[in-house]
Amino acid sequence: MDATFFVGLITLAVLKSAPLVFGALCGLLGERSGVINIGIEGMMLLGAFFAFLASALFNQWTGGALSPEISLIVGLVCAMVGSMLVAALHAVLSIHYKIDQVISGTVINLLAVGITNYVANVYFDNTHLSGVGVFPIIKIPFLSEIPILGPILFSYQPMIYLMFLLVAFLQYAVFHTPWGLRMRSVGEHPRAADTNGINVNRTRYLNVILGGALAGMGGAIMVLENVARFQKLMTAGRGFIALAALIFGGWTPIGALSAALLFGFSEALGVRLQFGDLNHLYILISMVGIALTGIGLFWIIRKFTSRKKSAHSNRSIIIMTLIGSFILIGANLIVFPDIRIPIEFLGILPYVITILVLAGFVRRAKGPAAVGKPYEKQ
Amino acid sequence: MQYNHERMNKKPFLSIKEIMAALAVPILAIFTAFLVASVIIFLSGSNPLSAYSAMLAGAFGDLDSLIETLNKTSPLLIAGLGAALAFRGGLFNIGIEGQIMMGSIGAVLVGSTIKAPAVISLPLTLSAGVLGGAIWATIPGFLKARFEAHEVITTIMANYIAARVITWSLGAEGPLRKATGVVPETNSLQVNARLPLLIADSRLHAGLLIAIILVVVIYILLFRTALGFEIRSVGMNLSAARYAGMKVERNIVLTMAISGGLAGLAGAIQVMGLPPYNYSAGFNTGYGFDSIAVAVLGATTPIGVAFSSLLFGFMSAGARLMQLRAKVPIEIISILQGLILMFVAANQIIRGIYHIQTKGKQETVNLGHGWAGGKE
Repeated sequence: MDATFFVGLITLAVLKSAPLVFGALCGLLGERSGVINIGIEGMMLLGAFFAFLASALFNQWTGGALSPEISLIVGLVCAMVGSMLVAALHAVLSIHYKIDQVISGTVINLLAVGITNYVANVYFDNTHLSGVGVFPIIKIPFLSEIPILGPILFSYQPMIYLMFLLVAFLQYAVFHTPWGLRMRSVGEHPRAADTNGINVNRTRYLNVILGGALAGMGGAIMVLENVARFQKLMTAGRGFIALAALIFGGWTPIGALSAALLFGFSEALGVRLQFGDLNHLYILISMVGIALTGIGLFWIIRKFTSRKKSAHSNRSIIIMTLIGSFILIGANLIVFPDIRIPIEFLGILPYVITILVLAGFVRRAKGPAAVGKPYEKQ
Repeated sequence: MQYNHERMNKKPFLSIKEIMAALAVPILAIFTAFLVASVIIFLSGSNPLSAYSAMLAGAFGDLDSLIETLNKTSPLLIAGLGAALAFRGGLFNIGIEGQIMMGSIGAVLVGSTIKAPAVISLPLTLSAGVLGGAIWATIPGFLKARFEAHEVITTIMANYIAARVITWSLGAEGPLRKATGVVPETNSLQVNARLPLLIADSRLHAGLLIAIILVVVIYILLFRTALGFEIRSVGMNLSAARYAGMKVERNIVLTMAISGGLAGLAGAIQVMGLPPYNYSAGFNTGYGFDSIAVAVLGATTPIGVAFSSLLFGFMSAGARLMQLRAKVPIEIISILQGLILMFVAANQIIRGIYHIQTKGKQETVNLGHGWAGGKE
C-alpha cells in the first residue's frame, strides 16, 4: 500500500459519501425539528431522476448552443425544486394530517419508485435520451499541488466543495443562530417552544421542505458528478444509509459528515478491490488494523485534550491500540494467499457496517426528544 | 397507523351498518387512487378506461385468470399477515422482502435435496421456508430489543444483504447454481416437495388453502391468546406493557420472528406452488413492499388483510394484460399502491373530499418510537 493507493481510495470515498452527506443533512433538518423522514431514499431517487431529465431536456431544447455546465445547473435546480415538492407532500401528510411519519415516508418511497420506473419505461427507453455529461473537476490553484493533501482536499467537482461548505454552514447555523435554536427547541420540546411564541408547525414545514432540497442535491450528485444518466432504483438504499449516518453522527452536521465518510470509504474499498490488482485478504486485514489503531490513538488524544473524564479505561485504550498495531504489523509480515472475495460480498460492506453502527452506537447519542410525534396545540 | 381503540377488547363481529361505515373510507380511498392514476395513464398517452378494463379482464376474465389472481393473492395474504402482526406489535417490519427471499431459499435448499414421501417432505420444506424468514427477521428483532437499533433501517439493510448473497449464490460460482443451467437459477424441487393442486390440471395450488387457514390462526393468536394480548399491548404502549410486568424485549424478538416466519412461508409457497419449482434471479421481487401496503389497507386485522391482498392480487394479475393490450407499463401498479397507501393512511383527505364524519376515538401506534435512542 503506497500513497497513491490511499489518495485514490480517499478521493473515491469522498465521491461515494457525497450523496449520503446530503441525505443525512436532509434528515438532520427534519429530525432536529421533530419530523422523521424515511422518505429520503425516495426524494434522492426523484432528485436523480429530475436532474437527469431536466439537464438532458434543456440541453436538447437549446440544441447544445449553451455550454453543458448550464444544462447541468438547470438539472441541479430542478432536482432541488422537485424534491422540495415531494418533501412538501411529506410535510403535509405528517404535520397537517398527522399520519404516522414512518408510513408517510414509505408512501413517498413507493411513489418515487413507481413514478421513476414508469417514466423510465414509457419515455427514456423509447427516446434514448442521453445525458449531458458531468461537472468538471475544479483544481484549486496552488493548494491542489501540495503532495498527498492537495489531491485529497482540493481537487474535486464543484458539488463536493458545496457539500463541505454546507456542512460547515449548517454546523454553525444549527447551533449558533436563532433559526437553529428554534428548530432544535421545536424538536426537543414543542410545547415549550410554542409557549415562547415559536410557530411549531411552521418551523417544521420550513425545515422539512428545505431538507427536501438537500435530498434532491444528494440524488442529483449521483447523476451530475458520477454516472451522467438515470438508472432505475439507482439510489440502492443510500437514503437509509444516510439516516444511519445521521444517527451515528449524533444528529450533528460534522458528525454526519464523518459517519458518511466511513460508509463512503467502505463502498469505495469494495469498488477498488474489484479491480483485481490487490490481495483482498491483505487489504481488508490491514484496514481492520488501521481502524483499531486509529480508534485507540483517537481515544489517547481525547484523554489528554478533553477536560471531561474519559469513558474508556487506560487498559482498554492500550489494549485497543496494541491489538491494532499488531494486526497492522502482522499483516505486512505474512504473505496472504490470493483469495478473491466475490463482488457481491464486497458490495455488502456498507450495509453490514450500517447495521453494526446502529447496534453499537445509537445508545451513546440521543436524538431530539419529540421526534416522530405530531404536535397538537392545546 | 390508526385503528379503532375501543374495538381492541370488544367482540370482533360487527353489524351490517358498522361494516358499511368501516368500509366506506377504504373503498373511497381505492377509488380515488385509481382516479389519480388514470390521470397519469392519460398523460402518458394511453386510455385509462381501456387500461382498467384490460386489467379486469386479465384478473377475472376467465377461469385461468381468476386462478392467476388467487395464486398472486396467497403469498401476499400470508406476508401481509406477517406485516400486520408486526404493526400490531408496534414494529415496522419493512424487511418482509428479504425474509420472503430467505424463505424461498430455505425451501429450495431442503425441498430439492430431501427424497421422502410427501407426508414428510412437504412439512419439512414448508418449515424450512418459515425458518429462513424467521431467522432473517429475528436478527433485526434481537438488535432492536438488545441494542435499540431501529428496525426500519436494519431490516432494509437486511433486504439488500439478502439480495446480494442470493445473487452471489446463483451466480457462476455460487453454491446454489443449477449445474446445467444457462440462466442463474437453482435446482427444481423434488416432486414430493411440491404443493398439491386444488383443481386438477390447473395452476391453482394449495397455497391458497394455507393462506385461508392462517387468517384464522393469526386472528386467534392476536385476539384470543395471552401472547397476542402481550404483542398488542407492547404495540399500543411499550412503557405501560413494561410496567405491567410484560417482557417487552422477548416480545419484540418473538413478534419479529413470527412476522418473518410468515414472510418466509410466503416465499416457500412461491417456489413450492408454481412451475418451474425453483428460485431464479429476480424472482419474488416487490412482494415485500406490497404486503406492507396490504397490511395498512387491511387496517392490520386478519380479515381486512385477506380482502386487501385480494385487491392487490387482482392488480398484479391484471397488470400483464393491461401492459399487453393498453401499452401501460406494469410500474403503474406501484404508483397505484403508493396512492392507496397514502389515501388510506391519511384518511382525513378522503373524509374531507367525500364529507364523511369521523366517529369513535382513534388510537395510534407510533411506529417511530425508539427512533432517537434511549428507553421510553
